[in-house]
Amino acid sequence: MTTVSESRTNGRTAAAATSPAIEMTAATKRFRTPDGASYTALNNLDLRVERGEFCAIVGPTGCGKSTSLTLAAGMEKASEGSVRVFGKEVDGITPNAGFMFQTDAILPWQSVLENVAAGPRYRGVNKNSAYRDARDWIRRVGLAGFENNYPHQLSGGMRKRVALAQNLINEPELLLMDEPFSALDVQTRAKMSTELLTLWEQSKPAVVFVTHDLEEAIALADKVVVMTAGPAAGVKATFHIDLPRPRVVQEIRFDKKFIDIYQNIWEALREEVDIAYAQTTRSAKPDRTDAE
Amino acid sequence: MTMTSLDKTATVPEEKPGAAPQGSGGRKRFASRRRLTVLGVQFGIVVLLLGSWELLVRAGALDALLYGQPSLIVKQLYIWVTEGTDNGSLGQQITVTIEEALIGFFIGTALGIVFGVAMGRIQFLSEVIGPFLKVINAVPRIVLGSSFVVMFGLGLMSKVMLVIVLVFFGVFFNAFQGTREVDKNFIANAEILGASKWQVTRQVVIPSAFSWIIASLHVAFGFALIGAIVGEFLGSQEGLGNLIRQAQGNLNQNGIWAAMVIMAVVALIAEWLITKLENRLLRWRPPQHSAAAEA
Repeated sequence: MTTVSESRTNGRTAAAATSPAIEMTAATKRFRTPDGASYTALNNLDLRVERGEFCAIVGPTGCGKSTSLTLAAGMEKASEGSVRVFGKEVDGITPNAGFMFQTDAILPWQSVLENVAAGPRYRGVNKNSAYRDARDWIRRVGLAGFENNYPHQLSGGMRKRVALAQNLINEPELLLMDEPFSALDVQTRAKMSTELLTLWEQSKPAVVFVTHDLEEAIALADKVVVMTAGPAAGVKATFHIDLPRPRVVQEIRFDKKFIDIYQNIWEALREEVDIAYAQTTRSAKPDRTDAE
Repeated sequence: MTMTSLDKTATVPEEKPGAAPQGSGGRKRFASRRRLTVLGVQFGIVVLLLGSWELLVRAGALDALLYGQPSLIVKQLYIWVTEGTDNGSLGQQITVTIEEALIGFFIGTALGIVFGVAMGRIQFLSEVIGPFLKVINAVPRIVLGSSFVVMFGLGLMSKVMLVIVLVFFGVFFNAFQGTREVDKNFIANAEILGASKWQVTRQVVIPSAFSWIIASLHVAFGFALIGAIVGEFLGSQEGLGNLIRQAQGNLNQNGIWAAMVIMAVVALIAEWLITKLENRLLRWRPPQHSAAAEA
């Protein structure tokens, strides 16, 4: 692991060391639809995430939340505007970031150990020390004893732990999470969220956590960004969450302060949800009349 | 950071596909009885078919010269085994044919995988080579056998070439498709974790495409045998295809059938080996319902 973090520190310039984790300025992303038309997913998005900050992005369905993550990760290129990560314009895959997908992205033909050790192995760390680190991370996410199991032998929650360990072993300075726990049942989800916070507080990477669940967003984040309804989505409002840490996600929702914050943000979010809902019902209507 | 009890109960890592749950005694007995019944009925069908064939020929309803006769097929096999064929020992004929099929099969499979994966991964390559492959695929390739006999003579080479051509396309299209079907998230995840293009190909794309590739091997080996036999048929001095050709020339229907029986046995053994390989390479897959029936 030392070799990985060393090379990373060396690669960073002095000027970049003070820049925020993510700085998007007027970022616009257009996609070409199959019928040749252009669809604007994001329009003039301004987003700033500080180093070590836990930022949650909420917004109605289809508002381009995930697109903003893929821009930061370098999986997609912005059509216009600037996307800077740690002061560097994104060009290709962002090197010191982790990404947790909504669906499973761990390899089903590799054991838990091989999956978790993948990052260091790709980066040229020798097998023994990669496996030693992997065993340590597997223990830290609570999967000790499952090193040699294949993903299909694990529950959904356990597979998420593997994905988390797989990302954290690389010691990312930026962790991008795209509705990572949305497929889990409510109890497992709350528990995973608390464990995520515990792990996050140990190394404090910047986190961008995309979710449609406002409760989850407030419970986890330092900052909640509400996005407008798509297409051509942008930032509607930003809220700072000053709930004390460490937090226990399962219980924080009973907190009086939590409820106040929730009501406050919900005011902003509700409008966008209504717009998005109206859009889907409106676009569904002409189809019906056509059919008749 | 303790394990949630919830997660633990949701896992069944120890359960093997064949292992029946409690009360297995009765269920196992039932399963084996069912198996016996199936085998019995299958055996009955074979006896009925062969028996009526034999009887119809003996009764004179079918002409033995045109249709052959099961007892004479067995006799032909017995003669080949004990006295050898006109080309030398039967073992020698089988070895020659299998050798041609295997060499061609391995080369054709390797080329198919390399081309399929490369073209699936590299857009430029597939744009340039794609149309050529489509044209070659549209040609009835078995005809190339004649051309290869002229080019490479009556020996091993012409058959191996024909086998390669036949095997290649089946494997190639599956490898190509398998490469295209790889879950985009798997690739993105590996790239973010730090994998180079080559590492993505080796660690993510090829293993993922393997279930497609292996599926094509079953068919490809069948093609390999056909290629070797047809190649021998078109021009050769030994091999099972050569035996068939001689038998045909002598109007020896039993000889043709006997050679076919030998080929069927070879194909079944190969099929069994490929299935073993498949189970070994794809052991990471969740047990499927059909696996329980096999065990």
